[in-house]
Amino acid sequence: MTQDGIGAPLRRKEDRRFLTGRGRYVHDIVRPGQLYAVFLRSPHAHAEILGIDTRPALAGTGVVAVYTAADTAGKINGVPCAWGIAGKDGKPMKEPPHPPLALGKVRHVGDPVAMVVAESLAAARNAAELVQVSYKVLPAVTGVADAVKPGAPQLYDDVPGNLCCDWAVGDKAKTDAAFAKAHHVARLDLVNNRLVPNAMESRAALAEYEPATGDYTLYTSTQLPHVARVLLGVLMLGIPERKFRVVAPDVGGGFGSKQVVYAEEALVTWAAGQLERPVKWVAERSEAFLSDAQGRDHVTHAELALDKDGKFLGLRVATLANIGGYVSTFGPNIPTNLYGPLLAGAYTTPAIYCEVKVVFSNTVPTDAYRGAGRPEATYVLERIVDVAARDLGLDRVDIRRRNFIAKDAYPYQTPVMLQYDTGDHAATLARALDLSGWSGFAARRAGAASRGKLRGIGIVTYIEACGLAPSRIAQQLGARGGLFESANIRVNPSGDVSVFTGAHSHGQGHETVFAQLVGELLGVPSANVEVVHGDTARSPFGLGTYGSRSAAVGGAALFKAAGKIIDKGKKIAAALLEASEQDIEFKNGAFMVAGTDRAKSFVEIAGAAYTPPPSYPLETLEPGLEETAFYDPVNFTYPGGCHVAEVEIDPETGVTTLVAYTAVDDVGTVLNPMIVEGQVHGGVVQGVGQALCEDCVYDPESGQLLSGSFMDYCMPRADDLPVIVSATESTVSAHNPIGVKGCGETGTIASPATVMNAVVDALAAYGISHVDMPASPQRIWRAIQAAAPRAAAE
Amino acid sequence: MDITLAVNGRQVTASIEANTLLSALLREGLALTGTHVACDTSQCGACTVLVDGASVKSCTLLAAEAAGATVVTIEGLAADGALHPMQQAFHDEHGLQCGFCTPGMVMSAVDLVAGNPDPSEAEIRAWLKGNICRCTGYQNIVKAICAGAAALRSA
Ligand code: FES
Ligand code: FES
Repeated sequence: MTQDGIGAPLRRKEDRRFLTGRGRYVHDIVRPGQLYAVFLRSPHAHAEILGIDTRPALAGTGVVAVYTAADTAGKINGVPCAWGIAGKDGKPMKEPPHPPLALGKVRHVGDPVAMVVAESLAAARNAAELVQVSYKVLPAVTGVADAVKPGAPQLYDDVPGNLCCDWAVGDKAKTDAAFAKAHHVARLDLVNNRLVPNAMESRAALAEYEPATGDYTLYTSTQLPHVARVLLGVLMLGIPERKFRVVAPDVGGGFGSKQVVYAEEALVTWAAGQLERPVKWVAERSEAFLSDAQGRDHVTHAELALDKDGKFLGLRVATLANIGGYVSTFGPNIPTNLYGPLLAGAYTTPAIYCEVKVVFSNTVPTDAYRGAGRPEATYVLERIVDVAARDLGLDRVDIRRRNFIAKDAYPYQTPVMLQYDTGDHAATLARALDLSGWSGFAARRAGAASRGKLRGIGIVTYIEACGLAPSRIAQQLGARGGLFESANIRVNPSGDVSVFTGAHSHGQGHETVFAQLVGELLGVPSANVEVVHGDTARSPFGLGTYGSRSAAVGGAALFKAAGKIIDKGKKIAAALLEASEQDIEFKNGAFMVAGTDRAKSFVEIAGAAYTPPPSYPLETLEPGLEETAFYDPVNFTYPGGCHVAEVEIDPETGVTTLVAYTAVDDVGTVLNPMIVEGQVHGGVVQGVGQALCEDCVYDPESGQLLSGSFMDYCMPRADDLPVIVSATESTVSAHNPIGVKGCGETGTIASPATVMNAVVDALAAYGISHVDMPASPQRIWRAIQAAAPRAAAE
Repeated sequence: MDITLAVNGRQVTASIEANTLLSALLREGLALTGTHVACDTSQCGACTVLVDGASVKSCTLLAAEAAGATVVTIEGLAADGALHPMQQAFHDEHGLQCGFCTPGMVMSAVDLVAGNPDPSEAEIRAWLKGNICRCTGYQNIVKAICAGAAALRSA
């Protein structure tokens, strides 16, 4: 390890601009002559649009244009889905059109109906209030269990039962056979509550058009600028890629909500072309609540079959997944491919069968939200393991240990598609038990009891799949594109280095970590490596950042490109040193003739590449030192680990306080431990938010979003949290050349189940075996009240 | 109407509407885009600036109310290119990820430490009630504020 290379806790290069107010988010960009767009959104969850009168709005001062579906129909294609799935019967999912502005019908509160463009934001806002839409309000359905009931309101004429797809994974017959011979079957019904991602920077888009050349530029808060260019430009707007530049400048958090491609981005771009002036839109927070893709929202029944020793024989899961009013960019893929195959977890369960009904409802579409499918799977599995342990009177640690995939059983083929490469669950478990003081819990519980508090401890041992993904596997599962990543390394004549990546950083610190990685590989100080991302005009085509893929896929692409640089450097060095290429070694930043002291530094080779000396064989070797690589991994990566949480519940008020949290994760090679730790903290807290306070709620009658602001939607705050103890206990991934597994989502995948296992443990004395998230004071208080008489009667 | 106020040590006169928010004046009128707006209900604190030394949510104050006041934004904290000790502490302790909440966090912390030079961890966490961060889980922000406070005490 060099001082600032792989494994160093290097402070971030990007910090200074953010700390001095010089970040450049889309919110901050101003283009000369820009207009302001405001979207008029549906106030109804489900309604027919009988007519729209835009004339009063158009007459407003400063109003430049008002567009409705009548204007855009035939000009802008529907919002596309990038990942289609197929049902049990092999038939493709139902994929009804998703017009950018509602056409004929609105399907959720917040569905965009009209776009007003004006000289000022105030003028646009005022005019939006003057657009007159007459609606025929229809009955709405928001809950997924209601949406599949016979007689439920139907969102689409040609989607019977609101069923987008009836999907399954695993071997049903084998699983049924496992249940037939079970000693015990544990059962659990649970709800995985809907969440709002709430990146602190709301979405924003600013488009401009150059009539003289036909070039469009879109500044947008996206996690995947190149993919957005294809989906928005080629598929929706018919703008060829060469004429469409997408820039994702500083982006203030994404968490999946910005890997979705949205109607507003296309509409703003189109309007800029129509009006030949820049058009800017910035979502207000209340608008974000109504239009950013939301997460989770499952209703699940699970059964775990066990033998008399507590070994898992089979797992059966049936889930209803709510995907909202439209098929979002990756929407149907999340509760299926990224969920069912994760149900093996860290265990040797030999037979698994999971059915998922993917269902439309009159709610904001759901899509990837940090963890995307994997937290839901981990929640089901780790909750039912606890239920089974209690049923059988087994220790919760012991039952997990008995079922672990042993370290030497890797690589391990699960019964649900995935092949894990490496892992060591016993090691992460042991470390977490130690760090959390697991064995001393009884004393802490007694201490809490003396203060009138109920203390509980919860544990989760998990494995997840990330590093999305190998193109072949993804395509077999319905991806409508590749899933590789790109890297371009440009060694400049002076020997400093510019790196262009197709990944995108919106908080992850790529500008630092990728500089460390490339610096180490090329023997250059990371300070001399500049990482460029987020601009289709600068970086090679890449797939962007989501699914904890940047290091595992983007980093591996950089590794490959650096290898090509070194190979070419060796050729140059061989010529300059009059040696054979085979004899040149690259070590410590220098090209040397093996076994001699004859060497050329990296800087000298870079100089020679651009100012070829007479000995440079220009006839056979191109000048310059710049290489591009595309890396397509062989498989996903599989981070895993063990988390432990402790809570205290006040039985008088139902208030749950998280008092301790320990995370031990196997993230593979650690490129920068400071950044890994930061990712774990953030991930854990997002999951804690789901477990304890966050809840996206729609009124079941009207379909109105009841949790539509930070006043009603409870975000975790600093004083809700204890100090998180975190550590890594890594095995190296065999699925990429740098051995990384990924760390962006581990926290969010493990923490909801960990916290809820602790909550249920705290309530064990009441005989409560499950509580749904969030463990709000009201819910806990009610559970205690409902159980107390029963407990007293027993 | 025209108002005059001191922003980051500079007297500025700005022409505003009666309903212009201080956040809008800073961001749009004065192009000081370091002050962020992340909500519309005065909950997130991304817009926090110092008005006459006290931290204020600039989205909740009319610009007109700041007439004659001394305003410091995140852009005004670093002196002569050197980071303010609180900014430096956020850098050293990895107290930021996407950076969107950061200006508000730093300004809020500067005010906390001005009134309470040696805050406990619990006091820091309680003080941050009005600042939401979605990225960091707050832990390193709390650490940074401790470190920033210590640096300011020894300065
Ligand atoms: S923008 Fe001021 S508190 Fe959120
Ligand atoms: S660093 Fe992203 S919101 Fe705080």
